[in-house]
Amino acid sequence: MTTVEPHLPVAVVAPEPSDPKDTVTKPIRRKLDWRVRLRHDRTLVLMTLPAIALVVAFNYLPMFGTVTAFQYYDYIAGFWASPMAGLGNFQLLFGDPAFWHALENTLVLSLVQLVLYFPIPIALALLLNSVLDSRIRSTIQAITYLPHFFGWVIVVALFQQMLGGAGVLNHLLRSHGLSPWNIMTDPGAFKYLVASQAVWKEAGWGIIVFLAAIAAIDNTLYEAAAADGAGPWRRLWHITLPGMRGVIVLLLVLRLGNALSVGFEQFFIQRYAVGSSAAEVLDTYSYMYGVVANNYGLGAAAGLFKGVVSLLLILAANKLAHALGEDGLYRSNG
Amino acid sequence: MTTTTPDAVVRPRRQRNPNRPIWEENPTVLGRIGKALTLFITVAVVLFPLWAVVITSFSTQESINTAGGLVLVPHGLTLKAYASMLSGGEVTRALIIGLVITVIGTVISMVVSALCAYGLSRRGSFGHRTLLMTLIVTMFFSGGLIPTFLVVANLFHGYNQYWSLILPSAISVFNILIMRAFYMGTATDLIDAAKIDGAGDFRILWSVVLPTSKSVTAVMALFYGVSYWNNWFNVLLYMPADSTKWPIQYVLYQYVTQGAQIPGVGTNMAGAAVARTQVAPLSLQMGMLVLTLIPILVIYPFVQKHFAKGVLLGAIKG
Repeated sequence: MTTVEPHLPVAVVAPEPSDPKDTVTKPIRRKLDWRVRLRHDRTLVLMTLPAIALVVAFNYLPMFGTVTAFQYYDYIAGFWASPMAGLGNFQLLFGDPAFWHALENTLVLSLVQLVLYFPIPIALALLLNSVLDSRIRSTIQAITYLPHFFGWVIVVALFQQMLGGAGVLNHLLRSHGLSPWNIMTDPGAFKYLVASQAVWKEAGWGIIVFLAAIAAIDNTLYEAAAADGAGPWRRLWHITLPGMRGVIVLLLVLRLGNALSVGFEQFFIQRYAVGSSAAEVLDTYSYMYGVVANNYGLGAAAGLFKGVVSLLLILAANKLAHALGEDGLYRSNG
Repeated sequence: MTTTTPDAVVRPRRQRNPNRPIWEENPTVLGRIGKALTLFITVAVVLFPLWAVVITSFSTQESINTAGGLVLVPHGLTLKAYASMLSGGEVTRALIIGLVITVIGTVISMVVSALCAYGLSRRGSFGHRTLLMTLIVTMFFSGGLIPTFLVVANLFHGYNQYWSLILPSAISVFNILIMRAFYMGTATDLIDAAKIDGAGDFRILWSVVLPTSKSVTAVMALFYGVSYWNNWFNVLLYMPADSTKWPIQYVLYQYVTQGAQIPGVGTNMAGAAVARTQVAPLSLQMGMLVLTLIPILVIYPFVQKHFAKGVLLGAIKG
């Protein structure tokens, strides 16, 4: 530490005479002592600290907290003093039919959402793109994007009022002498209900993203294709859709990577109405067994299982994107 | 007819939309009708539920009875539902709690995020890569629901504390990365000029970077604000037992989606029974729904124009 003071000017000054050419500051700064660099950038580092502190407290500590999955967690004893369970929680978990049922539900719901989610925003974006009046276009865009900002409680409540037992649809059915159909409590219809809620809420977001992708396509391509006699459908197939490919693949990768995270709120809110056989997903399973039944170890084990599989899914989905010739989420060579 | 494409010369056409590119054919009548119809239905699917809910919240019990549920055609409107909800009962309190949490939370989130985004906006600064990776890792790895709950509720004693509704989800790394990308795009000569004038980093952030990135600030504030306003999950985890502390979303969850009875509405006048016969329960429920929608609907138009400025595209490109 005593060498710090004399060391400083040397480090700062030394590179200058040796490199009088056009070498940028970067390689020079790399050679500087870290203490000099820290002193120079201390305000910048200081600025990041509140965020880092939050991340450490509420993201990194819980990561270490996954040790709960290998414990018979005792709320009073806490992380340090709870007895270890080894793989006991996982034995319990994998032996629980309810867990496999929740996993199955999660995958099925994910799949239905995947299939139903993409075509609608893409079709609407294409349709909106062909609207020439920019005022109409942006108004429709703003309206369809609005539900993105509604919480799930609001969305489910709105659907209840529309499709539920006392809702508009059933009133219509009854007044026409048809038998009512309470979609909100029908386990068989639940996956389509959930997917349509997701579409209703998020289609506007998809439209904005896809419209941006369409806008990025070079207009001269269309002009050339039209001059060569390509009709609207051929231009759509050979220019527009390939132009959107990158964004579509990226969103697909994100969806696949999140296949096990269909979302907690949407399902938990409707769990009582439709029953756990239809609405139990991994997250709600984890909550019901962990927080409600106080079997924290089991709940954490279910969460850890989900986390590990999700990570594998993200890696696989990213590989898939590379195989399709797209960037995906990241490239290993940075 | 001075069009360039041979296609255009052959086909006779009516008046052409000047916005239509020269190479594009006029759409067929059927195509136009189909397009208009699809878009109309799309807009109707979004707006119709909102319309029905708003009208019902202003309706009397008689018009609800005649309609047999939600009222679609306004008839005999009344403000009773809102009057009884806003007269200081449980709903009023929940509304105030929700607003206060949203405002405080958004301020905390924006300050922390803007500072962090600026702190990471200069490549090659000390610890730049390490700090950035520390944040990004949390986008891929998470402790999961139960460990997070145990850390907040047990380790930090956050059960039934208001901070546990704010701090655990105070920052979104995704939002920080978007803000950082914008800050990095701030003209460097502006920053250099400020530096020569003796401005420190806090001063540069406040007087140079923030004013030049108003659109991203507005959008991020909306994102954070909406996530606090809609936050229901943290209440379920950390504050489910104490109904006097619930923000409005959780009250909505209890009384509208789970169909619990609404106590305390109008009870401050010690006339719960009287109030309940006067105000239709359905219009109360729908009124509560409308109250949760209002802040979003009020702020949305002001921020919406910024979306067009590529904030979201930047988000997607990462």
